[in-house]
Amino acid sequence: MKLPPKHAPSRIGSTGELRAFQRMMATAIVRPLTAGDGMQPRWIDGRAMEKVAAEFVSPNDRLSSFERLQLYNKMYWFRLFDAIRDDCPGLVAALGEQAFVRLSQAYLEHCPSRSFTLRNLCSRLERFIVENPSITAPRTALASEIARFEWAQTVAFDGESLPVVDAALLARTPPSRLRLGLQPYVTLLALRFPVDSFLVRVKRRDALRSEASNTPDSDAVRRKVRRAALPRPSRTFVAVHRHHNRLFHKRLDPAAFRILEALQGGATLTRAVSAAGPAVRPRQVRTWFKTWMALGWFCAPGNKSGRKASLL
Amino acid sequence: MPANRFNGQTDYGVGIGLRVPHYAHILSRKPTVDWFEIISENFMVDGGRPLELLDKILEQYRVVQHGVSMYFGSADKPDREHLKRLKALVKRTKTPWLSDHLCWGSVDGTYTHDLLPMPYTFGAARRTAEKIRQIRDFLEVPICVENVSSYAEFHVSEMTEWEFLSEVVELADCGILLDVNNIYVSSKNHGFDPYDYVNNVPHKRVGQMHVAGHTKFEKYILDTHDHPVLDPVWKLYAHATRTCGVTATLLEWDDKIPSFDEVHNEALKANEFIDGAKKAVV
Repeated sequence: MKLPPKHAPSRIGSTGELRAFQRMMATAIVRPLTAGDGMQPRWIDGRAMEKVAAEFVSPNDRLSSFERLQLYNKMYWFRLFDAIRDDCPGLVAALGEQAFVRLSQAYLEHCPSRSFTLRNLCSRLERFIVENPSITAPRTALASEIARFEWAQTVAFDGESLPVVDAALLARTPPSRLRLGLQPYVTLLALRFPVDSFLVRVKRRDALRSEASNTPDSDAVRRKVRRAALPRPSRTFVAVHRHHNRLFHKRLDPAAFRILEALQGGATLTRAVSAAGPAVRPRQVRTWFKTWMALGWFCAPGNKSGRKASLL
Repeated sequence: MPANRFNGQTDYGVGIGLRVPHYAHILSRKPTVDWFEIISENFMVDGGRPLELLDKILEQYRVVQHGVSMYFGSADKPDREHLKRLKALVKRTKTPWLSDHLCWGSVDGTYTHDLLPMPYTFGAARRTAEKIRQIRDFLEVPICVENVSSYAEFHVSEMTEWEFLSEVVELADCGILLDVNNIYVSSKNHGFDPYDYVNNVPHKRVGQMHVAGHTKFEKYILDTHDHPVLDPVWKLYAHATRTCGVTATLLEWDDKIPSFDEVHNEALKANEFIDGAKKAVV
């Protein structure tokens, strides 16, 4: 968001004046709250916030301009904290409430929502954690992997599903020319921690999104995230996916992971299988493929909707 | 005027918002409900369970789309991705009309995810109406704009909220989703007579009404949608149905959601006032 004008416009006749007004109010609304959950007493240029609010918000007989604006400031933060909390219960459990709120605030300050839907709010969270390690230290590595996993769950929950490749077409295409894509809702994760087991203990709410109007959400006060012992480092390979529209995650053998990763990267079937390494028996590879086919993971390569289901 | 061009010439009766805690009940018991209102954004996704559930609901029920993030009043241009997804959903649901709020909530592409009140100026009304027209032309479905509940007013305003709403809908030639609870909440927060509001909007443009519960605090009222509808709101609703005509009515209950039957029975109380309004016409 661009910087607001020094003073709110005294009239709104043009779109430019409307935009200036909206920058002014939005800047006030998205500024972090004080430690006591109030609006900051100073504006971005150091002026008293009461004076700045009084420039454009009318008081009434019960509330000052500052207090009226503060209502929106508070609702913004509470609503967005709740949205992150809903999508990232693992992060809350791993970091604890205080550190989670500190992370959420820093994230929203640096990466405010750029999407019409709260569904996308946490899409940049993993990257933000990695780029700002001090916020989650000493649990940065774990926190970033949890954020990655929880975003993968969001994608698996309502991501696009493309036509599954035809088994007959697979059978008649030479492996040296066959390329397969992975369904957009499948995310492959190579992790340093067994985040999957940790999240099973925390238990993510497998719930549908329920954004509604601008009502404050009192459920947030009641929701408690289950505490769970933090996982110890252990190399873990997982596919986060859905089956019959239910969320799942599947542990993968490292060799199986390498095959899927190679296919996703555009390799032919021959090259992908060779990525598994010489120790992997063909029979094992056939079993994996049988399972992946049964789960409907393979689609035409490219991972973009609208293209033809050509495998070559 | 139960059916008009702003609600697709329909006469839908009394509906309730489709909410997650009620899915299992609705799909297993298949209760008789005039119609459901869905929050469009919850279904503007690429796949998975949300769309599977929606399709099951669509097999059995009439559905109307209600949005919370189009922000007709934002100075920003409409978001193309948003519009494309919304249009795809319109095709899926075959909603006879679509509603969203007379508010703003984003600037320079940054979203607050709130329904923020407009400055009530002629310039803002012109810009908002222009945007509504653009969106309606793209979506090819009638649009009703809903008055929001608000907690702030602005020095720069040149008219009352109902004058602003009237100005916008006349310029845009669109309908009104008259939220009676929002009128009541704002009337208490800003000190105006809610009956003045209802009396002075263009009645022929009302294509739908909302009722809901709210919460009183010491210095203001909050639009919480977590209670049954309070008596003053039902009284205002009765007046609105007599004044504007009986039209599609929906109960919003979004928080502390009780059983399906409790929500539905609360909504059906509207019929009492609808009957009263019909008798008054006779």
